[in-house]
Amino acid sequence: MKHPAFDSHLRQRSKRWKLTMGILTVLIVICFLISMNSGFLHLAPLDVLKTIFGGGTDQQRVILFDLRLPRIVISVLIGAGLAVSGCIMQGISRNPLAEPGILGINAGAGLAVMIYVAFYPGESQQTAFMMPVFALGGAAITAAIIYVLAYKKNEGMSPTRLVLNGIGIASGIAALMIVLSVRVSPEEYRSVYTWLAGSISGTTWKYVISLLPWLIILLPFVFYKAKVLNVLTLGDPAARGVGAPLEKERFGLLAAAVGLAASCVAVGGGISFVGLIGPHLARRLVGPNHQQLLPTSALLGGLMVLVSDTIGRSVLSSGEVPTGIVVAIIGAPYFLYLLAKARG
Amino acid sequence: MNEVADKAEEEEQANQSLQITRRIRPVIGILVLLAGLAALILASGASIAIGTADIHVATVWQAIFHFDPHITAHQVIQEVRLPRVIAGIFVGASLAVAGALMQGMTRNPIADSGLLGLNSGAAFVLALCFAFAPNLPYLSIILYSFLGAGLGAGIVFGIGSLSRNGLTPMRLVLAGAAVSALLVALSQGIGLYYDIGQDMAFWYAGGLAGIQWTQVKALAPWILAALAGAMAISRSITVLSLGDEVSAGLGQRNGLVRAGGTLIVLVLAGAAVSAVGVVGFVGLIIPHIVRYLVGVDYRWVIPGSAVFGALLVVVADTAARMVNPPYETPMAALIAVLGVPFFLYLVRRGGRELK
Repeated sequence: MKHPAFDSHLRQRSKRWKLTMGILTVLIVICFLISMNSGFLHLAPLDVLKTIFGGGTDQQRVILFDLRLPRIVISVLIGAGLAVSGCIMQGISRNPLAEPGILGINAGAGLAVMIYVAFYPGESQQTAFMMPVFALGGAAITAAIIYVLAYKKNEGMSPTRLVLNGIGIASGIAALMIVLSVRVSPEEYRSVYTWLAGSISGTTWKYVISLLPWLIILLPFVFYKAKVLNVLTLGDPAARGVGAPLEKERFGLLAAAVGLAASCVAVGGGISFVGLIGPHLARRLVGPNHQQLLPTSALLGGLMVLVSDTIGRSVLSSGEVPTGIVVAIIGAPYFLYLLAKARG
Repeated sequence: MNEVADKAEEEEQANQSLQITRRIRPVIGILVLLAGLAALILASGASIAIGTADIHVATVWQAIFHFDPHITAHQVIQEVRLPRVIAGIFVGASLAVAGALMQGMTRNPIADSGLLGLNSGAAFVLALCFAFAPNLPYLSIILYSFLGAGLGAGIVFGIGSLSRNGLTPMRLVLAGAAVSALLVALSQGIGLYYDIGQDMAFWYAGGLAGIQWTQVKALAPWILAALAGAMAISRSITVLSLGDEVSAGLGQRNGLVRAGGTLIVLVLAGAAVSAVGVVGFVGLIIPHIVRYLVGVDYRWVIPGSAVFGALLVVVADTAARMVNPPYETPMAALIAVLGVPFFLYLVRRGGRELK
């Protein structure tokens, strides 16, 4: 490993990684500023700056601090969480097309939240803290089912089965969601439907506070485990050769991925494709080492959702397009492109 | 070397199974078909009799064969229950035959119009119709539905065929999932923007409630023609299901058969979706059960799928009314409850073929 050529290759990689991270951070900051300017009520850039530094009218302060900022912050957080979650799943399943949405984890979280909203209607203000808990439960149960079913004695866990099981279960859950959606009142339906489509409108600081602990605990844990993920990606025989306790590590990482996906879905609704595309682009930019890949995915995911949310808010003159829909419109063609290009 | 040996062996097996098929399957096929038809007639009778107002079976018989417009029960049967059952039969047969054709043409055991994006394509175009032209006549809705199914299928298969190693079952299903996600997101956007979300949900829920004679009459010619077409190419599908090389070796024009089959599938899936919304898994489950019963000869698989698909939908529709009366549980959900475990079973069993 101490070969000089390899060494310089690593140094180059690391340099490139730092550059990528820097550029992404700058892009997020730029989008952050643009996003503060755009929306139903127009704020001039100068007003935004004035307001940030304590000036501005009351109305401007409300728009910026109570409406736009929490939304911008949560977009970045959700994107980061989903992208890291997808990155873990792709690593564990060794399938480059795995992500929480395709694997049915979003659907499981969505179903749990839908059941909660359907049976405790009209409490949506108090539910900011309960929704992630329910979503986590639903996602965990779904993930457990998919994982157990993909596992076969003698053969272990098959990545193909994992993905196919996820697709099957997701389409079953979609049918159950329809049952629930027909039951609720039109007003509730509208709010649930908006949520399902992946909308982060109406976000308040409460939602930020309810999501933040999950990310603060899980993201560092995952970054810390990046080396393990590198080993797992090599495949079972190689990983066993290195001496990693496979099932235990895989389980821990999967649990973290589920936790991330579930908490993000609970707040942001059914935003899919971020978990797929974030890691993919990241891999293209910085290579397969998870120590660099995971943070890059996080930034890319955050950027992607932030951009989608900003677009969703500014495209239509009246009303807005839910973020999840914008992400899907951008993300699905890219997914299909990857699929067309993939070998094997 | 190995590959050549494998291919020779495959061809050998194919020939053998064709031989066996010729000898014993017709008897079994006829028996299965007759049993299925009998069950379908019974289920249809029960479906007409069971409902919010329970009607005696004898009354059902009279209402159909000695209709008396002065009796309310006869009216209910003629105007509400009968079109519903017939629509159920049509839809079930359509979905199952579409699934059988897709599985035969792609040699993919988990092909189904729901999983491969046809249903969501039709649903997307119908969402457009709901939003921009709410008063379209039913016949044009059906035609748009065909277009939509074609759109979904076109994207999925187009992507699949662009890829380097061709259409693997895995890739087809992934493309289906992604295209469905995109089309569903677009439909959701339309639903939200025009505030027709819940209307669409009611329709997506896949129910036969409220179906009328006009709809049945508009659908019938399309579905009957497509089913006849499916029967007409059934032999070619059997040959195709043995693999492209074998099929070409036997002098069949694969492209032509695929084109015809695809057209039939689009009509069947589009018609079904325009009638009841997105009902998945019928096209997945039924052909498997039928193949298990009658073998791999599509001359038997296709009529068998039609009969048993109709049976499944009629039974599910009846059950949907009985689960939680007087409310109707969406039929699509009931079928999914059966379909998901079956799908998981297929995935678990199909080691080699699903790679």
